Amino acid sequence: MAQKRVLMKGNEVIAEAAIRAGCRNYFGYPITPQTEVMHYMAKKMVQIGGNFVQAESEVAAINMVYGAASAGFRVMTSSSSPGISLKQEGISYIAGAELPAVVVNIVRAGPGLGGILPAQGDYFQATKGGGHGDYRNIVIAPASVQELYELTVEAFNLADKYRNLVMILGDGTLGQMMEPVAFRDEEPIETYEKPWAANGRGYNDDGSYKREHNTITSIYIDPDVLEAKNRELQDKYAVIKANEVRYEAFGLEDAEIVITAFSTCSRISKNVIRQAAEMGIKVGMIRPITLWPFPEEIIAKTAALPNVKAFLDVELNAGQMIEDVKLAVNGQKPVYFHGRLGGNLPSQKEILDKIVAIHEGGKV
Amino acid sequence: MIDFSIILAGFGGQGILSAGKFAAEAALYEGKEVSWFPSYGPEMRGGTANCSVVISDEPIGSPVVNDADVVICCNQPSMEKFESSIKPGGYLIVDTGMIKIKPTRTDINVVEIDASGIADEFGAMAYGPISMLGCLSKATGCFSRDSFEKSLYEVLPERRHKMIPGNLAAFDKGAEKV
Repeated sequence: MAQKRVLMKGNEVIAEAAIRAGCRNYFGYPITPQTEVMHYMAKKMVQIGGNFVQAESEVAAINMVYGAASAGFRVMTSSSSPGISLKQEGISYIAGAELPAVVVNIVRAGPGLGGILPAQGDYFQATKGGGHGDYRNIVIAPASVQELYELTVEAFNLADKYRNLVMILGDGTLGQMMEPVAFRDEEPIETYEKPWAANGRGYNDDGSYKREHNTITSIYIDPDVLEAKNRELQDKYAVIKANEVRYEAFGLEDAEIVITAFSTCSRISKNVIRQAAEMGIKVGMIRPITLWPFPEEIIAKTAALPNVKAFLDVELNAGQMIEDVKLAVNGQKPVYFHGRLGGNLPSQKEILDKIVAIHEGGKV
Repeated sequence: MIDFSIILAGFGGQGILSAGKFAAEAALYEGKEVSWFPSYGPEMRGGTANCSVVISDEPIGSPVVNDADVVICCNQPSMEKFESSIKPGGYLIVDTGMIKIKPTRTDINVVEIDASGIADEFGAMAYGPISMLGCLSKATGCFSRDSFEKSLYEVLPERRHKMIPGNLAAFDKGAEKV
């Protein structure tokens, strides 16, 4: 049962969702535009007997996440772009040690310290690695405050299910805005046994240990052992890819142009699609909800449709997800791009102008 | 109503962000889709503060407003910044107690109200922007007085309910100006 809709800030909803998902450990360091996640956690964790630590740095916070996850607890950290860069070493170690954890990136404009306004310039960092080594994070891109809630709860389930890091990739718009959210009476929490956790061996009546030591590590000096470990990881990623792709798609069956966009850009594009329809131009949309695993199959199938003439990819960057779109389209149709940088959002008119230009076959 | 957009602007501490939140709550009470988005970042005390509110029957696209149906200005820098952001035929609601310049646009509707005077009369700064919500509601019907009242009772903690009659009186004073 859904409760009554309440007006809440995106950042606060992430924190509330984590708590509802059973997260009792939060470690972070403040940075605009995600600091309200910390504020909320600081206030609530004390009330519910959880752990909140404002760490001395982002590096410390991600390693506290490593520790809590090693002991089998649901754990989260959050930051924004420059802070997420600092966490990359820890994220790679978490991947190597196969620890379940949730990391939130409320993206701001870069590179460097950049600015504090919304951007999607961390797509590559989130989906292609960021840290060193052959690993994958599950990356989820909510598009509304309601989705921030539902997908954050789901992120904890996926993390435990696959012993994998799940990143929530939002942006300053989503984190700072208030929107109605309807919480559920009961959360769909999935419980997974964690026999691997380093949470104490326990004693038998005769004083002997109940089990052998559990070791959480990402170091494997022997190349054959490390290669085998890497193969295991790749096998796991293949399973995730087969089972966990999520996307929203509509209007594809008669679309002339298909917009690909995630999160904030998908919201703006939806209004453009309505405007285009009034002008008699049929535009569909594929909105990846998981950025990794990427919904390449639906994009490939859509590219093969005879009614689809072209794709328009809209992002708050210079063109990052478009590379994955193009790989999926695989040359079947042209893929055009519209992006804004520096913290600016595209207006509906800008996107509509591109749609009209593609429709008229003019210069895009 | 699709993406009806409002910008509220003034200086920090004036109650601008809260007024925007109350507008969003009132529209939410009517079952509308709403969004509220603040200007965030490094601002100094006494500096500018503004927020965008969008009210719609459909899911909202961008919560960031460039072309507004209504701009509510509570100080002069806000008017200089946002007068150009109003759609032709839209509304500019001006606190004449704070703003001594006149709007230059001729293709918009202007509502003038001495909101800071009302705030002085009621004894707290925050009543000023609330009176301007009265203008907003009366001029555009984007939410009703009834929804404003009922949402206040729902949203505010009970210990603050004693402040509601004052807010409604300020709201009504604003509505009278339209």
